[in-house]
Amino acid sequence: MTKRPFSVARLPGFTGTAIAVFLALYLPIVILVVYSFNKGNSVAVWQGLSLDWYAKAWANTAVKEATVRSLIIAVSAALISTAAATMAALGTTRRKAFKGQTFIYVMINQPLMVPEIVTAVALLIFFAWIKVTTGIQGLGYLIAAHSAFCIPFAYLPIRARLEGMDLSLETAAADLYASPWATFRRVTLPLLAPGIIAGAMLAFVISLDDVVITEFVKSGGQDTLPTFMLGQLRRQLTPEINAISSVLLLLTVLLLTAFFLLTKRQDH
Amino acid sequence: MKPTLTAVALLLASTSLASAEGQLQLFNWGNYTSPELLSKFEAETGIKVTVTDYDSNETALAKVEAGGHGFDLVVPSATHVPIWIEKGLVQELDLSKIPNHANIAPEWMTVDYDPGRKYSIPWQWGSTGMAVNQTVYSGDINTSAIFLDPPPELVGKVNVTPEMGDVVALATMYMGGQPCSEDGELMKKVRDKLLEAKPKWLSMDYGMTEKMAANDVMASLYWNGAIFRARLENPDVKYGYPKEGFILWMDQVMLLKDAQNVEEAYQFLNFIAQPENAGLISSFARYANGISGSEPFMPEDMKDAPEIVVPAELADKGVFLKTCTGKAQEYITAIWTELQK
Amino acid sequence: MHSLEERANNRSARNGWFLSTPALVILTFAAVGPLFIMLVYSFLEAGQYGNVEWAFSTDGWVATLFTRDIFDDTVSLADAHLTIFWRSVKLSLLTTALTFAVGFPTAWFIATRPPKARALWLFLITIPFWTNLLIRTFAINEIIRTEGVLNTVLKKLGLIETPLQIIYTDTAVLIGMTYVYLPLMVLPLFAAIDRFDMRLLEACYDLYASRWRALTRVIVPIVKPGIVAGSILVFIPSLGAYVTPRILGGGKNMMIGNFIELQFGQGRNWPLGAALSVVLLVIVATALLFYVRAVNREVRHD
Repeated sequence: MTKRPFSVARLPGFTGTAIAVFLALYLPIVILVVYSFNKGNSVAVWQGLSLDWYAKAWANTAVKEATVRSLIIAVSAALISTAAATMAALGTTRRKAFKGQTFIYVMINQPLMVPEIVTAVALLIFFAWIKVTTGIQGLGYLIAAHSAFCIPFAYLPIRARLEGMDLSLETAAADLYASPWATFRRVTLPLLAPGIIAGAMLAFVISLDDVVITEFVKSGGQDTLPTFMLGQLRRQLTPEINAISSVLLLLTVLLLTAFFLLTKRQDH
Repeated sequence: MKPTLTAVALLLASTSLASAEGQLQLFNWGNYTSPELLSKFEAETGIKVTVTDYDSNETALAKVEAGGHGFDLVVPSATHVPIWIEKGLVQELDLSKIPNHANIAPEWMTVDYDPGRKYSIPWQWGSTGMAVNQTVYSGDINTSAIFLDPPPELVGKVNVTPEMGDVVALATMYMGGQPCSEDGELMKKVRDKLLEAKPKWLSMDYGMTEKMAANDVMASLYWNGAIFRARLENPDVKYGYPKEGFILWMDQVMLLKDAQNVEEAYQFLNFIAQPENAGLISSFARYANGISGSEPFMPEDMKDAPEIVVPAELADKGVFLKTCTGKAQEYITAIWTELQK
Repeated sequence: MHSLEERANNRSARNGWFLSTPALVILTFAAVGPLFIMLVYSFLEAGQYGNVEWAFSTDGWVATLFTRDIFDDTVSLADAHLTIFWRSVKLSLLTTALTFAVGFPTAWFIATRPPKARALWLFLITIPFWTNLLIRTFAINEIIRTEGVLNTVLKKLGLIETPLQIIYTDTAVLIGMTYVYLPLMVLPLFAAIDRFDMRLLEACYDLYASRWRALTRVIVPIVKPGIVAGSILVFIPSLGAYVTPRILGGGKNMMIGNFIELQFGQGRNWPLGAALSVVLLVIVATALLFYVRAVNREVRHD
């Protein structure tokens, strides 16, 4: 190990920087998790090990309701945006460029380009106006807003998958007189599945993460977990937030690991 | 297909929940509502109260005025009560549905922003003054100089909470005027003073209960009850009443015109005017409440707390903040806009 | 033959539009359409206590550039708005530069691992990205606050006597945004480096090029599309950042996102807020145009 073989890809300082970056990325998260086990009610001073904050978070109905609401919105938004994005990806790739394609492309990517705060304020005004005129309330507004900004995130991996896909199988299916729908259902869709799953997961996480747009669009009693936490951050901070965050982190990591292993097996 | 079905089921469950009987939507300042109060109310009436936070009178006003908000009750400050009434956003109370209305303390019954309390039920009242961490600064704490002419040891350590009315009023009194002054010369001095002081501030933020307790901020313009709670965590935190003039305020619960759960709202209004329940409100947020006979239901340590009992020699320096109108309000908004930049 | 092909093309275009319709409808309803409201509101009069009066006025637009002093009625350039815009642009550029400075070695490191390990490293870089933005920002707060981890460690090591004041400064916002947006820089960079042919480097060294020359003359030009994509992905959200400056910045030195929000709250000047939003949109669109042109040039070079 004293002398390394010459490697063309090695650049001085790069490995060190990369390791430092990984450490820096994980340090805050480690601290967050550690303090969720703090006995005292400080998020800064260590006062001994305890599970109290997990018990408190579990007993807090406001937190539980917000979590369930977040999940409902994220699942709905992920389903809606992925369905719309899959169709749009099929409509805009692997065909000869048509008039208006750029327009569609710009529209789909628009939420990535407009600062969230601008959309948030615009939606506050627009949805309030609809609510007053129609009298319809409910989670639908939040789901619509979330579906919209999730579309580009779902679209990108699906489009990438489509572009990398081999056309010959579909052509073969068509040659064997399979109907377009059967071709799609039996050939295209299974091949496209990893892209769709990746898109849906991305959309799900992006929706779960949103603070700004939700904060502005939400009506009374429509706090999601992030907006609930935003309210908490302004006031008395307790390791309860750390506890909820740690649980969510664990869930995310489990979900992602499962996905990671799943796609890995498929690749082999 | 399975996730779709689950989602649909969840969605249906949630919508049926939203339209369930015995619900109430309270739109209140953050960290201001006692959880015990809500569980007691639910135990007695079966009505479940959902609280949504705001952090300034303007935010609350903007959200409700936009419409389609879904709230039943809101808790504006005295300075904003006339605005809510004038804009027609709240409704006059049917006092026959609030027998406990008689429990409102006489001095809070005759307020000029709502004479006879036809629109509002007191929630809590308190003062705006200076919180200081005495490990850093041991001088006079009863002065607005802490944020307007910070002593060297506090430069870069002071927070000024972004409450337009409070900040400008404190500065006006520091410069020798009275709140809502229409004196252009004086207000210009107020502006210059604030602009001169701003570089010496650390932040303009809320959430000082925890930040003062955790030594993140060493001094702040803030509310007495919140600082009381900070002091319970961190004994070095002290609350001062500026001798140049400090602010008294009251927040009260009002019934929104487009409230959906009106009967439930009346039950809640009557509930909070009951002395023992008002005592619960105060036990949590540590402010006084304006309901006669609630003192026995408050914690012992509130009776002689320096954050609650104004020192006798400063008692006449407290000024109850009113709604400023016309030119005075124009000055305040203009100064504030300039200060925020 | 010609008309047959044309018909096929027409059908293809029709299907393209048809399949894109659901996405377009959702986006029009809940993302693009409402933006026009901002345009309308920017030309209305500000209400006394917020909201708007339905009367035409250019005050909102005038106010983006000029301020009228209430005391002597003089009109002057609104240097405050320029300051805020400049601070936002500066912080966003710095964030972009910083994420690139640490992101490039990281992406290079990942791309040069053996193929099997590569996926794991990529996975590791994205995990923090999957945790909530608020939680991440809040975790940063725990590290850099006055009595936070960093100051405690430095103090224990005897490196400092009084704690460093990082929280509530521009530095804090910069650290926070770099942390939050780093994966957005690393991923496109990785994609570009992954396609890089390492044999080119062998050629470089055979020709006695130094590592620095190989980096600046060969690697950087070739992975440029990745650099441009990463920069745009970091720059745009930084410019409109709201949560990070709000939590770490302490509300004294605002970024444009927070200043816009303020106009719809305590600032009581909705038309100004709407006008500023439109200005922000224009800046972002300009940055994107620049990006598209840069990418197109690259493609033509290929």
